Amino acid sequence: METILLFAPLVGAVICGFGWKFIGEKAAMITATGLLFLSAVLSWTVFLTFDGTTQNIEILRWIESGSLSTSWGIRLDRLTAIMLIVVTTVSSLVHLYSFGYMAHDPQWKDGESYKPRFFAYLSFFTFAMLMLVTSDNLVQMFFGWEGVGVASYLLIGFYYRKPSANAAAMKAFIVNRVGDFGFALGIFGLFLLTDSISFNDIFAATPEIAETQLSFLWGEWNAANLLAVLLFIGAMGKSAQLILHTWLPDAMEGPTPVSALIHAATMVTAGVFLVCRMSPLMEVAPQATMFITVLGATTAFFAATVGLVQTDIKRVIAYSTCSQLGYMFVAAGVGMYSAAMFHLFTHAFFKAMLFLGAGSVIHAMHHEQDMMNYGGLRKKIPYTFAAMMIGTLAITGVGIPLTHFGFAGFLSKDAIIESAYAGGSSYGFWLLVVAAAMTSFYSWRLIFLTFYGKPRGDKHTHDHAHESPMVMLIPLGVLALGAVFSGMIWYNSFFGHTDTVGKFYGIPYAEAEAGGHGEEAAHGEAKDDHGEVAKGEHHYVFTGKPGEGALYIAPDNTVLDDAHAAPKWVKVSPFIAMLGGLIMALWFYIWNPSLPARLAENQRPLYLFLKNKWYFDELYDAIFVKPAIAIGRFFWRKGDGKTIDGFLNGVAMGIVPFFTRLAGRAQSGFIFTYAFWMVLGIAALVTWMSIGGGAH
Amino acid sequence: MIQADLSIVLPEIVLALYAMVALLAAVYTGKDKLASTLVWVTGGLMVALAVWIATGGNGSQEAFGGMFVDDGFSRFAKVVILVAAAAVMIMGQDYMSRRGMLPFEYPILIALSAVGMMVMVSAGDLMALYMGLELQSLALYVVASLRRDSVKSTEAGLKYFVLGALSSGLLLYGASLVYGFAGTTKFAGIIQVAEHGHMSLGMLFGLVFLISGMAFKVSAVPFHMWTPDVYEGSPTPVTAFFATAPKVAAMGLFARVLHDAFGGAIVDWQQVIVVLSVLSMFLGAVAAIGQRDIKRLMAFSSIAHMGYALIGLAAGTEAGVSAMLVYLAIYVTMNVGTFSFILMLEKDGKPVTDIDALNQFASREPGKALAVLVLMFSLAGVPPMLGFFAKLGVWQAGVDAGLMGLVIASAVASVIGAFYYLRIVFYMYFGASEGEVEAKGSPVLTLGLMASAALMLIGVVYQFGIDGAAAAAAATLVN
Repeated sequence: METILLFAPLVGAVICGFGWKFIGEKAAMITATGLLFLSAVLSWTVFLTFDGTTQNIEILRWIESGSLSTSWGIRLDRLTAIMLIVVTTVSSLVHLYSFGYMAHDPQWKDGESYKPRFFAYLSFFTFAMLMLVTSDNLVQMFFGWEGVGVASYLLIGFYYRKPSANAAAMKAFIVNRVGDFGFALGIFGLFLLTDSISFNDIFAATPEIAETQLSFLWGEWNAANLLAVLLFIGAMGKSAQLILHTWLPDAMEGPTPVSALIHAATMVTAGVFLVCRMSPLMEVAPQATMFITVLGATTAFFAATVGLVQTDIKRVIAYSTCSQLGYMFVAAGVGMYSAAMFHLFTHAFFKAMLFLGAGSVIHAMHHEQDMMNYGGLRKKIPYTFAAMMIGTLAITGVGIPLTHFGFAGFLSKDAIIESAYAGGSSYGFWLLVVAAAMTSFYSWRLIFLTFYGKPRGDKHTHDHAHESPMVMLIPLGVLALGAVFSGMIWYNSFFGHTDTVGKFYGIPYAEAEAGGHGEEAAHGEAKDDHGEVAKGEHHYVFTGKPGEGALYIAPDNTVLDDAHAAPKWVKVSPFIAMLGGLIMALWFYIWNPSLPARLAENQRPLYLFLKNKWYFDELYDAIFVKPAIAIGRFFWRKGDGKTIDGFLNGVAMGIVPFFTRLAGRAQSGFIFTYAFWMVLGIAALVTWMSIGGGAH
Repeated sequence: MIQADLSIVLPEIVLALYAMVALLAAVYTGKDKLASTLVWVTGGLMVALAVWIATGGNGSQEAFGGMFVDDGFSRFAKVVILVAAAAVMIMGQDYMSRRGMLPFEYPILIALSAVGMMVMVSAGDLMALYMGLELQSLALYVVASLRRDSVKSTEAGLKYFVLGALSSGLLLYGASLVYGFAGTTKFAGIIQVAEHGHMSLGMLFGLVFLISGMAFKVSAVPFHMWTPDVYEGSPTPVTAFFATAPKVAAMGLFARVLHDAFGGAIVDWQQVIVVLSVLSMFLGAVAAIGQRDIKRLMAFSSIAHMGYALIGLAAGTEAGVSAMLVYLAIYVTMNVGTFSFILMLEKDGKPVTDIDALNQFASREPGKALAVLVLMFSLAGVPPMLGFFAKLGVWQAGVDAGLMGLVIASAVASVIGAFYYLRIVFYMYFGASEGEVEAKGSPVLTLGLMASAALMLIGVVYQFGIDGAAAAAAATLVN
């Protein structure tokens, strides 16, 4: 079953990509989509029937070279199962959605065939992503990692007639190369230390790795910290964290379904998945996880600030994605991998829905993406409006404080904020709370600008705005279900008590010996109302060894219980932040619409700073791109052009013809010349031999 | 005793007697009317002899007190010589008879020349060496000037003769010096005297003169000057003959003398051969670029190819000789194909040798053009054609013998040389104006071209045992 699940998208991609000429466009697209739905159904079956025990399924041997031994295999545990449903669900819905969205693309003329290619890329992406998440070793994971990179490159540059799309595709690929370099170094390092690339071996060896010193660049480092950071650099590239984030907003050049699938729900979360997957290593690398926390929090804050002032609807959501990924990294950084996965899981639903909703708006508005040209679309496209509304409620975290009743984002984001507090990272906590306020502001701003107020754009376009077809609305509906309910349903599994979480992930746990009281068990049951259990009174502890279960949580990692025991003000803070953001947005865009322009005028430097994304692109352009181009130009013009070509041209067009003429002239046609040369030759040979030869 | 000796030289005797009988018979009967028949009969006999030599006889035998040696090396060389001579002669038959320039003496002269070559590669004595060389050369002088009514042909024959006489003089002078200082003309005796570090100056002089004489025959620089003029002036079938069998024979003789008579002084002659090899490769490559006549071009090509073959000789090892023999066999095959093509080229019934005439040839004759493409790539040494492996073999031997500089130089030369081969391909496929040349001719020529091109590709996979035979042949020579 797992094998079918894994390879169905590949089969779909091949049939659709190469076979559409034989079976027709429509049939090819239906095949690819159908196979993905099959994959999704199987994934849900696996997820729901999975009992938490890790299984290893070997498909075939791959590389045998020295002590390096790699197979194509599946490591089926809870992490994999979560990723399976996320990937296949979103992917199959995006396939379906694309039937409508890609039906008439103004980028192509009539009669040009582009749809099967699009579907084939989507399916190929899905296959690579599945390869990544099911891998049981680092090399296969890297294969998937690069495979999704390629698919992302192809899909961002799908509108290859647009120079900006090509540039964005290249940017995404090149920035990811930087991260991949770190990832590859991390793999090499792990192989160096453990002589294996299989997760089982590496996890088992983490205690030793923590004791090892590794010399790298200029100094000696603790191996665990060093390798964790290297792996995280790979994750930073893929998950668009600060420093390596610049590609993600530009990636919005791709068609919107691509943004929903790759740049919101699946590929960009691969970095989070990697950190969670490597939890045994992360647990013994305190400095590295600290770094992850700080960087994640900073990204969440940074991206949220930039999101405040963007006017392109997709870019707002892109920065929002970037910011939410920061949340996930904070959770992973403080050791709450489960919360990171929780947010990953819920985020996939509501963010994919927001993107698809945005796509529906764009579709309705004839590929207009600037929100300044929207307005008052509520009546025109009611279903899309409803979907976007649900998505916004979910991402801003609407729910009833101190209960477990709320939209998906409410539960998962609050879980992360509580974890950040409990994990002792006040930097992370405060930045995340502020970011939550900003999240609320820009999300509502998007809604208000798009659906409320008066139409601001082209009147003709607005008049002709139309609701999207059914194939586009159904995916929105399904995702809306996820956005509403996924948090509430799986709250206990992801962020319940030690025992429920342990059971869910297959991590062994035991009753705590220290501080255990008779009434603890009963007490624990009532722990749902947060904060009743004081610190140190947790009655269950994780006892798994590294590699047992999907996650490894060290015995001294008590963040889960501490988070539940966080003070009430901590638990309420994200809700307050959300309300603040909402009120600000209402004030700015409903009650007093002239305010934003005046504010931007008053605070011009700040506005420009945010509008230009903290000048990261300009900075990189000056530091990396320009010098790289200069060096490239130097080697091209001076090195290749002048030196190499010049040398060869000189030889081929100057020196050789010179000798050719000389040889031609020597061939005079007169016998005496020839005889003269012969005699000259023998004279020279004899002279040389008598002087330099071995004569006695 | 004499009977045993005769049985060893029986193939040579058969061919020589046949030549004389055929001469007498033809003179008293149909004369030139018999020429075509004689070509086929002679060709058939040569092939039969080749089969006989290849399948019969093993081990090493000596006849006439060591004057004549029959060993694996000589048998390998003889088979190549006979097959090449027969193939080239048959190829030219149609071409010559259509133009009324096929005298009945032609096949007989070729046969006599082949006898000379067979003696050359079997020589065990300076006298046998000279006898074979002259027998071969005299026949070649005559066939070079086969067209007595053509100034060019006559001139070619005369040039060849005069310069050949000079080289014979050099060779004889060297032989007499060697005899004077060694006291014997037998290789087996010379090798005992000629040891590195103990060679007298006179012996060394003799060696250099001998090498010079033989270098003339293989047309190695600076003794190559006759080659372009003779190749251009001679009738094309004769040129094809010059480019194949005599080269094999001369290289065989070269290897024979250097290893059998001077095997103890490898260090001494190695440097001379290296110089000859480098000069030949570079001159062949550079000078051919300036040629517009395909026959002159092939002359320089053969000079360059002899330079590559000399790398194998310069290595002074068994592997080197083996690589050289393989190189020669492949070289001959390529030349048979290329000259088949050149023989086909004509315009209004007149032979064409200008390479500009090949413009756009591929659009008229795609099949033949493709075959020529394969041959040219092979001559240039482009993988995966067989010509590349020929070069690879000699380079391998050169590197193993520590001649890194020579090998690098030869790689550079082969890059330069690739230009003119590729230019032919370029003209055929991308030539600017429409050339008017036609490729007509007997099916034999088409067969020669196609088979040779096919061998360039098949040979990469299956070598028909050439490698093994060459290795065995080399083993009998070098010890």
